[in-house]
Amino acid sequence: MISACDLLLALRPMHVCISPTGHIRQAGKSFSKLVCVDPTGCRFLEVFEVMRPTRPSTMTNLRSLVGQVLRLRLRSEPKLILRGLVIDDQAHGVILDLSFGIAVVDAVQRFGLTAQDFAPSDLVMELLFLQEAKSSAMAASFSLNARLNGARLAAETAALTDGLTGLHNRRALDAALDQLGQSDTEYAVLQMDLDRFKQVNDSLGHAVGDEVLKRVAAIMRSHTRQEDLLIRSGGDEFIILCPGLTNRARLAELAASLISDISEPLPIAPHSITIGASIGVMVTRDTAPILPAEMVERADIALYAAKRKGRGRHLFWAPKMGTDLAVLDLSKAASQDQA
Amino acid sequence: MHGLIFRTLEAFVSDTFGPSCWGRAVAVSGQPVTSFEAMLQYDKAHLPKLLHACAEVLDRPQSEILEDLGTYLITRQNHASVRRLLRFGGQTFSDLLHALDDLPDRTRMVVPGLELPQISVREPVPRRFTVQCTGDPHGFGHVLVGLLRAMADDYGTLALLAHLGDRDRAEVIDVTVVETAFADDRGFSLADAELVGKS
Repeated sequence: MISACDLLLALRPMHVCISPTGHIRQAGKSFSKLVCVDPTGCRFLEVFEVMRPTRPSTMTNLRSLVGQVLRLRLRSEPKLILRGLVIDDQAHGVILDLSFGIAVVDAVQRFGLTAQDFAPSDLVMELLFLQEAKSSAMAASFSLNARLNGARLAAETAALTDGLTGLHNRRALDAALDQLGQSDTEYAVLQMDLDRFKQVNDSLGHAVGDEVLKRVAAIMRSHTRQEDLLIRSGGDEFIILCPGLTNRARLAELAASLISDISEPLPIAPHSITIGASIGVMVTRDTAPILPAEMVERADIALYAAKRKGRGRHLFWAPKMGTDLAVLDLSKAASQDQA
Repeated sequence: MHGLIFRTLEAFVSDTFGPSCWGRAVAVSGQPVTSFEAMLQYDKAHLPKLLHACAEVLDRPQSEILEDLGTYLITRQNHASVRRLLRFGGQTFSDLLHALDDLPDRTRMVVPGLELPQISVREPVPRRFTVQCTGDPHGFGHVLVGLLRAMADDYGTLALLAHLGDRDRAEVIDVTVVETAFADDRGFSLADAELVGKS
């Protein structure tokens, strides 16, 4: 029958036999990779530091831990936490059967361990296999997520953008209004309609009309700030949201310069096209708090008022214009018939 | 069927014969998608159509394409993880062959939903192995031949491999290990693991 010591050497590459004097009598073959010098003959507590459940300082202390699982580390490798069962060797010494636990992945890297450093019955190779396979699968999964996310961002941008002008669309406006409704930000809304655009479209064709819209978008971009939201809300209807801008003089200047630039003749070969624009402006400061959608409606009311006053101008909303767009719609229809 | 299977075929055809070949094969097969994602599921009916189209476009028998695909999985640098995962199977090529029985289970453990045929290995005469693959996807035996041929190289072992066709609805592969120290073993160190996934 094989001796107990030889049996341990054959089966447990990570065991330590400790003599009654507290010295290491025998160590499993894997220790040769973990410590530079052969630990045999050294005092166990000088090579290892036991951390839990208690910190034994004598052999008597250590023997009192028989049957318990320890957490311990090599003093030369303080980062590597081992665990081990304490067994009574029935000769006043103890045997410790150690394992890396989950630290095995790091230990393999750190010490260049191989399959021979583990007991063949140990599941550690399966653990390492899974760890490696999991990393590969996660890498594949991350790369799929990155591609899907890229596609999602592109789709989101497309969903919020007007394809012709590159300005934002109604959906983007609704999202921005939702946000403004939930914050205390002061802001202004400019509603802008092009004048005589329908005639250009009808007489020169949609291609020219589309080009006009692109030029108008470019003019809008050149006059507004980075934080302003530019929206094409309909055929020749535009909205500009200006967060934080409530200064009437600056808004008047913005509206006037937009109208002035848009009214310049647009050279679209072989034509030179002259259109115009009217703008209605609504500022949060000019009213008790109202819903963002109502802000937009009042800017629309101011726009109709500007058109009725003879186009090519801007007007700020004023209480005398009223708050009901439906009342104005009839007169709008009438004025369009005349146009 | 797991996207990894389709993705592997796509990568192999694109890398080896060029993306335009893959594009033609997809068109010939009448697939609704032009590119497959490794981490999505697809209808398994696509696979035989795609293989058929690849054979037509590349003007080579399916068996040859599948065998080269197996080799490609091991030898291409960006698939180093497949080689490593297989090397977990054993320290010698013969160990690896004996560990093939576990391959479908190991694969399922790593990538749930990736179903491979059941594999059984016998060594009736020392160094003479019979490998049987039962179940879908059919043709996997050819992939395995290419894969094992590359792994024999990896171990520095000289082995003769032959696909013997179907017998009792199982693909049968004959492997003869001629010489175990024929060339240098490329080596396998557990500690190289951190390279995986970054390659």
